[in-house]
Amino acid sequence: MSVELVAVTSEVLNLEALTAEISRGASGDGAVTAFTGLVRDHNQGRRVTFLDYEAYEPLAVRALHRILEEARTLWADTRLGVHHRIGRLEIGEASIIIVAASPHRGHAFAACRYTIERVKQIVPIWKHEHFEGGEVWLEGATADPEDENARQAAYRIACA
Amino acid sequence: MRVTVRLFARLRDLAGTGELTRDVSAPATVQTVWNALVAEMPSLLEYERTMSVAVNAEYARMAASVNDGDEVAFLPPVSGG
Repeated sequence: MSVELVAVTSEVLNLEALTAEISRGASGDGAVTAFTGLVRDHNQGRRVTFLDYEAYEPLAVRALHRILEEARTLWADTRLGVHHRIGRLEIGEASIIIVAASPHRGHAFAACRYTIERVKQIVPIWKHEHFEGGEVWLEGATADPEDENARQAAYRIACA
Repeated sequence: MRVTVRLFARLRDLAGTGELTRDVSAPATVQTVWNALVAEMPSLLEYERTMSVAVNAEYARMAASVNDGDEVAFLPPVSGG
């Protein structure tokens, strides 16, 4: 069974499967990098008990595809996959996995970093944080895929 | 004409629902739909300057035209990852 390169899913994320898919038949690759985002037990002084992720799924999938296209334009020799989990996640569970493979480690690292920065900018997914004493919707960036300044900021971080 | 409105995260909480339908008169834009919504639910107005919008699950601008049967989504600042 083939693994999708982009997924927004309530299933537990499988880094091994995505890595295998990205690495499949790629004898020219010199590097595979992976990023896993985890649910942590504290945020802004609050003791987090769990997170509930909500997505506008069809647009989230499109936005993730767009990010992979952007990364492929920047690092043409790099292949990428990204899976984002939604629904209730406990402390320590993976909320996102990103895998990049490239002939060059620099490209693989940069593409991975670029992808997570862009996810936080333009993918319509929200964290509903449940903590000791309450709950709050976290709000980060106003999503605007056409915002060139945001895109360049992600690129600068990726290449720092 | 009739449009489906989708609301997410805190906007959904404020409205008490994530999906509703509204009749607006043509020609309409996303702004028309939003104006109708905040007239009913003034608490949503705090998101006017920070939200993003989408028409039929594609990012759009407030000035984008809206047609009968379209799905118009209002999205608070995102926090995925």
